Amino acid sequence: MIKIDLLFWLLGVVLLIVGGMILTDRDHPRRFLAGGFWILYAIVFLVGDRLPPEVVGVVAIVMALIAGFGGVTSGRPKALSAEARLASARRLRNRLFVPALTIPFITIIVTFGGGYLAFGGTPLFEPRNITLIGFGVGCVIALVLACVITRDSVGQSMRETRRLVDALSWAAVLPQMLGMLGLVFSDAGVGKAVAHLTTAYIDMDLRFVAVVVYCVGMALFTIIMGNGFAAFPVMAGGVGVPVLVGVFHANPAMMAAIGMFSGYCGTLMTPMAANFNIVPAALLELPDKNAVIRVQVPTALGILVCNIALMNWLGF
Amino acid sequence: MQSTVSLWPLIGVAVIVVGFMLRFNPMLIVAVAAVVTGVAAGFPPGKILAAIGTGFVKTRNIPLILFLPLAVIGLLERHGLRERAQIWISTIKAATAGRLLIVYLLVRELTAAVGLTGLGGHPQMVRPLIAPMAEGAAENRYGKLPDAVRFKLRAYAASADNVGLFFGEDVFVAFGAIVLMVTLLKEAGVTVQPIHVALWAIPTAVCAFVIHAARLWLLDRALERELGGARRRPLAGGDVADGEAPAARAAETPVQHGHGDEA
Repeated sequence: MIKIDLLFWLLGVVLLIVGGMILTDRDHPRRFLAGGFWILYAIVFLVGDRLPPEVVGVVAIVMALIAGFGGVTSGRPKALSAEARLASARRLRNRLFVPALTIPFITIIVTFGGGYLAFGGTPLFEPRNITLIGFGVGCVIALVLACVITRDSVGQSMRETRRLVDALSWAAVLPQMLGMLGLVFSDAGVGKAVAHLTTAYIDMDLRFVAVVVYCVGMALFTIIMGNGFAAFPVMAGGVGVPVLVGVFHANPAMMAAIGMFSGYCGTLMTPMAANFNIVPAALLELPDKNAVIRVQVPTALGILVCNIALMNWLGF
Repeated sequence: MQSTVSLWPLIGVAVIVVGFMLRFNPMLIVAVAAVVTGVAAGFPPGKILAAIGTGFVKTRNIPLILFLPLAVIGLLERHGLRERAQIWISTIKAATAGRLLIVYLLVRELTAAVGLTGLGGHPQMVRPLIAPMAEGAAENRYGKLPDAVRFKLRAYAASADNVGLFFGEDVFVAFGAIVLMVTLLKEAGVTVQPIHVALWAIPTAVCAFVIHAARLWLLDRALERELGGARRRPLAGGDVADGEAPAARAAETPVQHGHGDEA
């Protein structure tokens, strides 16, 4: 059975190669710190589940310190010249799109069809993580196709990975750090404390006030936590069910749907949702790390107003 | 009743807010917030480290979707994928940056609404294809783009992916968030059908598309206002700048002269 652990090991090996390349690159300004950063990260993927959790905790904090004090700078990338790339683009034409589109294509095939593949009663793909596994399989097949179409090597693809990882720098690790923080928050009872604050100090006798508290609360709490899933239990448990449904008899399906969408408005506006906002800024090589958030804020506020209006007019 | 809820862990939230406002490194802010939250909750040092370590291992699935496509995308970029995307968009005469992104927003939202969330994404779609196409479409109309415009177009490309994904996926009845909501409400004693939650997501999903599409349409208008003048005097004032452009800017916009070879 192909399990998600296989993808963790694959990524661990790739990160080890990238770390080794940076470590041995004499032109890299901080090769030991940056190389060490990616090798530590590789260890988390290769053996993270077998190490004592305290040791992984130390690894995570050392990585944060290296990143925090400017250790993960990028080297000087050796890309092909623009003329060479353009000549290659003219030669390969639309064949270049094939590997890129293979990734989503295989992901979808495995997600919807992979469940039927079984050998002796054992499914080929771990059912719990089938989408991610399909994505991983798609990436491997796409890499093979890309090597065939461009007549280039897997070794070169690793040098390109290193170029992109170098450019992404610590931003690539931030989403996982934030996921970790979310779990620490819930261990420590941060959600309960926020729910207590919102429900204990605001008078919600007016229906409109309750609707605004619920929608804006979902958005604000999502801005703090970085995702709506963490905010929903708190706001639905604190305001949605007892006040909107219990006192004002709101339609519970609408309360849930519009509440979650109000949370997504928060997601569009927060650096805490790093994989949607900070990582793309790094991927697109934008000098302002908040550039994506800046263009999303007006849309998010507009949708939030629509949510409040929709809930107020249609939901009761 | 107040004594049962400890407000001390909120110090961790305060660390996040202050840290981002003072523009410290986000990795550092998050690590400090995790430690401070643990201390505020009264955890001993070993338990704080263990909580951080356990959390870091449990969330290893998050970066897969970013890292795994890099080898393919990097290799294709070396061989001109972004340049090809720009050449391709230049063959569509009606294409503008705003219209292209409106189409992408619509496709992203509709496919997410039927469960095909894997069709987009920042590393595998926006960076190699959508953002270069948006830049290419604008370049076809206005020639050389100032960096500020180039960066704005890229940010809008990322926003179209996010808005389409977020407000499409909740319309899909088998989506994880809907399962989560239905389960949580059941525990609170309220029974709802997943299909009703999905249906109630549609009005907001429509609003989200209308609002963001309108902003993309305004983006086109703003580009026209800002850069439209340059296009209408290609021979008069533009030729001095154009003379040095191909050599100086070849690295950024290799498809400037890519117009004819496809038509």
